[in-house]
This record gives sequence, C-alpha cells and structure tokens, in this order.
Amino acid sequence: MTSNNITPAEVEHVANLAKLTLTESEKMAFTNQLDKIFEVVDTLSEVDTDGIEPTYSMTDGANKLRSDEAINANQRTELLKNAPETQETLIKVPAILTAGEDK
Amino acid sequence: MDFLKTTVKDLHQELVNKSLSVADLTQATLDHIKATDDRYEAFITLMETNALEQAKKIDQAGVSSAQMLAGIPFGIKDNMVTKGVQTTAASRMLHDFKPIYDATVLERLSQAGAIGVGKLNMDEFAMGSTTETSYYKQTKNAWDQTKIPGGSSGGSAVSVAAGQVPFALGSDTGGSIRQPAAFNGVVGLKPTYGRVSRWGLIAFASSLDQIGPITRTVEDNALVLNAIAGYDARDQTSSKQTVPDFTANLTGNIKGMKIAIPKEYFGDGVDPKVVSVVKAGIAQLEALGAHVEEVSLPHTKYGVAAYYILGSSEASSNLQRFDGIRYGFRAENVQTLEDLYVQTRSQGFGDEVKRRIMLGTYSLSAGSYDAYFKKAAQVRTLIADEFEQVFGQYDLIVAPTTPNIAYGFGENQDDPQVAYMNDALTIPVNLAGLPGMSINAGFIDGLPVGMQLIGNRFEEAKIYQAAYAFEQATRLFDKIPGGDQ
Repeated sequence: MTSNNITPAEVEHVANLAKLTLTESEKMAFTNQLDKIFEVVDTLSEVDTDGIEPTYSMTDGANKLRSDEAINANQRTELLKNAPETQETLIKVPAILTAGEDK
Repeated sequence: MDFLKTTVKDLHQELVNKSLSVADLTQATLDHIKATDDRYEAFITLMETNALEQAKKIDQAGVSSAQMLAGIPFGIKDNMVTKGVQTTAASRMLHDFKPIYDATVLERLSQAGAIGVGKLNMDEFAMGSTTETSYYKQTKNAWDQTKIPGGSSGGSAVSVAAGQVPFALGSDTGGSIRQPAAFNGVVGLKPTYGRVSRWGLIAFASSLDQIGPITRTVEDNALVLNAIAGYDARDQTSSKQTVPDFTANLTGNIKGMKIAIPKEYFGDGVDPKVVSVVKAGIAQLEALGAHVEEVSLPHTKYGVAAYYILGSSEASSNLQRFDGIRYGFRAENVQTLEDLYVQTRSQGFGDEVKRRIMLGTYSLSAGSYDAYFKKAAQVRTLIADEFEQVFGQYDLIVAPTTPNIAYGFGENQDDPQVAYMNDALTIPVNLAGLPGMSINAGFIDGLPVGMQLIGNRFEEAKIYQAAYAFEQATRLFDKIPGGDQ
C-alpha cells in the first residue's frame, strides 16, 4: 500500500487554507488520522480511469430557468435578527487591519 | 394509545372517524416524547406551541379520508430549516440560529396537514455514522440503550423505532437514513437524487445529499414520499420526473420480479451473521416469486474512498459559509476580521467536521485536484455505469444495509478509517444517485438487521413493491423494542 504520508506541516498548511487553527495535539491527531484515511483513499490509484469522464453530479438535466418575474424578497429585518452583532441596518465586524499591522 | 405500534395509516383512520382529535393526538405525542426522551435523547428541540396551534386549526377544518397525513405528528432531523424554530445541525456553530423560512419538504408536509412536533438529534452537520458527533447529546439505540443508534439520522430513526412519532424525516449523504434505520429496525428510504427538494436542507455534500422518510411500515413510507416528492423551482437539482402514487404497487405480489444479488456486498468485512439473516430474507423474496441471481459490482470496494474525497470536498466548500458574520456562533475577543473567521470556525466546529473540511480542502488544493478530486469523480462514473448495466437486466438489487449490527458507544471513535467502512454498503447508492431502502430483515441477539433494496433511478415504486411483500410475509414490525422478541 502506498501511503501518502501526510506531514504535520501539510496539516498546518491545509488548516490555514480552511481558516482553522489547530493546537499541537490536534495537529498530531489530525496528521495520524488523515494519514490513515489516505491509506484508504490511495486505493483509488489502482483503478484504471484513462478516458473515463468524471461525474460531478447525478442530476438529469442542464440548468433550469424560471420566468423572469420580480418578487419582493426583502427580509432584511428578519435576516439581521440572526446576525451576532449589528448596528442600525448593518452587520458589524472587526476591522480588517489592526493599528500595528503595517510594521 | 399504544404509540409503539401505531402506524400513520391507523392514526389516519382514527382521525377520520373522530375517535381521536388532532389536538389530543398532538398533545399525547408531546407528552409521550417528554416522558420517554430521557431514555433515548432523540430530540434537541420540541415545537410545542407551533404544533398545538396547527392541531387546533386542523381539528376545526376536519380530516377527510383523502388527506392521509392530516393531523399526523412527525419529527424533523435538525438539519432542515424551520421558520422561527431553532435549527442547529447539532453544531455549536448554529446554536442560536432561527431560520426565517421553512424547508420545501416541511412546506409540503404542512400543506398535507402533518404536524412537526420537534427537531431531532444527529451527527454534527450530518457527518458521522453513530450520532456521537452531536454537540448536544448522545441518542441511544431504541432496542438497547448501551448501543449507538447509527447516524447521522440517529435521532430520526430512534424516535420512530421507540414509538415517539409515527414518522420522521432524515437525510442521507452516504447512508445516513438507511444505516440508522437498519440499526433500529425501521423502514428508511433514500429517494433518487433530485426526487425530493433539498431547498432548506443545510448542505453537507450537495451532489449526494437527499431527504427521505423513516417510518414503521413500508406503506407509511410511501405515503410520506407521496407528500414530499416532486419538482421544486428553488432547487436547481430538483427533477421534473413525474411522481407516481408510491402506494400503487403495494399488492404483496412480486412474481417474476428480477432481483440481483451483488457478491461484493456479502464479502470480507461483513459479519457472517448479518450475511445469514439477509440471505434468509432473500430466500423469502424468492419464495414470494422473485427470480434471484448473483451479479458482480467490482468497483464497490472503491466507493468509500471516492465518497470521502467527493463528500469532504463538497463539505469543505459548503461549510465556508460558517464564518461568524451573518448568523450562528461568533468567537469573542478577536482583533481582526481574519482572526474572527479562524477563531469562530475553530471553536464552532467539532473534530469530525474539522477532519472532513481538512480532507476536502487537501483534495481540492493545488497539486491534489487531479490526483484526488478528479480521480474520485471518474471512479464515481465507473460505479454508476456498473449499476446501470445491472438495472438493464434486473428490477432490484438486494444486499445487507450495513456490515454489522449496532455496536457499543465509543468503539470506533479513535479510528475514522474503521468508522468510515461502516458506510461501505450504502455509499455506492449515493454516488450513483439511486434510490435505496433499508427494512428490517430479522434480529441478531435482539438487535435488528437491515436489508437494503436498491432500485434504478426514479424507480422507488419497485422498491416499495418488494419491501411491502416481504414485510407482509414476515410481519417483523410486530416486534417492538422492549416487547416480546
């Protein structure tokens, strides 16, 4: 069996892409677990897929169109009730940059 | 009233006769759930006020004999959005989330007069096969509370098996309706992909997810599918295929039906005791007049690998929306927007969800896309083609639903590889977009064994026909948890 041999550095890189942060012990646990999962996943390499079209969906048709009718879908007040922090009619979030970030 | 034995059809008769009012039935159902849920922990949220209000309205209008689901209480897996009612997907991430609309399936059941009584426990974001990854509680198997209920629709299957509700909705991405149905001895159908609208279902893997009914009997299951199936303009993947009356073929007659038995579903890793119960079930179908032949589906063994790449990749994409901005959990004491995203996601998601996001992100990342994501999608084509060839010659495929019966809590938690193999017999059906059902085929040591019936796309009616014939011949649904076995 060809194991992919996932490294802790790769796990950290992927966590960054996925916008997750891991503790050292989580990093080690995920490295071991992903390594085991890739032992299973790597069996796919045994399958000859030359010239086989990939299937990304089992739907039975192309995009479906609806008639172009305007509907009033304004639910701003209701939607804002679910936001963790709001100000008037806006959702409030922290600043993108901190003051010390241009060092 | 003996809730454990009552079917949708029986309740309907009582409501039509007015020997029972909808308000009384609804109240009794809520009381029964409250009295029993300490034991099963199947529900996250009860919808008491909504349910009683709706019941009153239906009593005022009256239940006609044509309205099969009017006044019937049901449970909802907590990944289907309910207007104004907490919807969590069993995640800390959505602990405070109250959607502003109802999922299409719930709109349709509401139009049919059915009454949603509560939201059911599940694996977090439907990821898992034991319901152990829920942020909230651990649902217990209806037959033995020391065993897992299966997952991810564990709450849905248990609520029906334990007699809390006559039917429940589940969702199935890799077996999440059929596997817990098998572990709890109830009827669970994953319809053809596109048969039932996914609008309002919190997405896990969009090309695989499908909503379906969990019931005590096959006929009840067909009645619920009748109500929820059909085209929905709000779901781009919803099919315009005609919806037949799924109860039409429930005759008990399956003479001449051609059934294929895939040898790979009875091989290594499948408990010999499970094999023997399911083979006895197949012999029963043969005795009822079906022609049974062995076939081969050689790519079955690659289903799990393809599924974990495709499912996790879609999950990593779908779960990007959980960023702490517009709804759901938001981390505190953060400095920047980037920090808000990272802290929110790291604190809001559980381990299994993080594991799949990581697996998916890895599979989609530069350098891995062709080797993993595209490769898995090509293997998916081979699996779907294999099924298509079999359905050129046969009406149905019959096999075990799961390799094992329900096991103890925590047994496979440390090794995801082992846990993932539990779905090996259900996953190929999702990859190919086929309908599949689990029905009870018998018992091992007092625990149910699931038999899986797989049909060609949009041929749920044939599944119901065979399942009904088997159920009427064996009457296994007369055995109830805690009852005479």
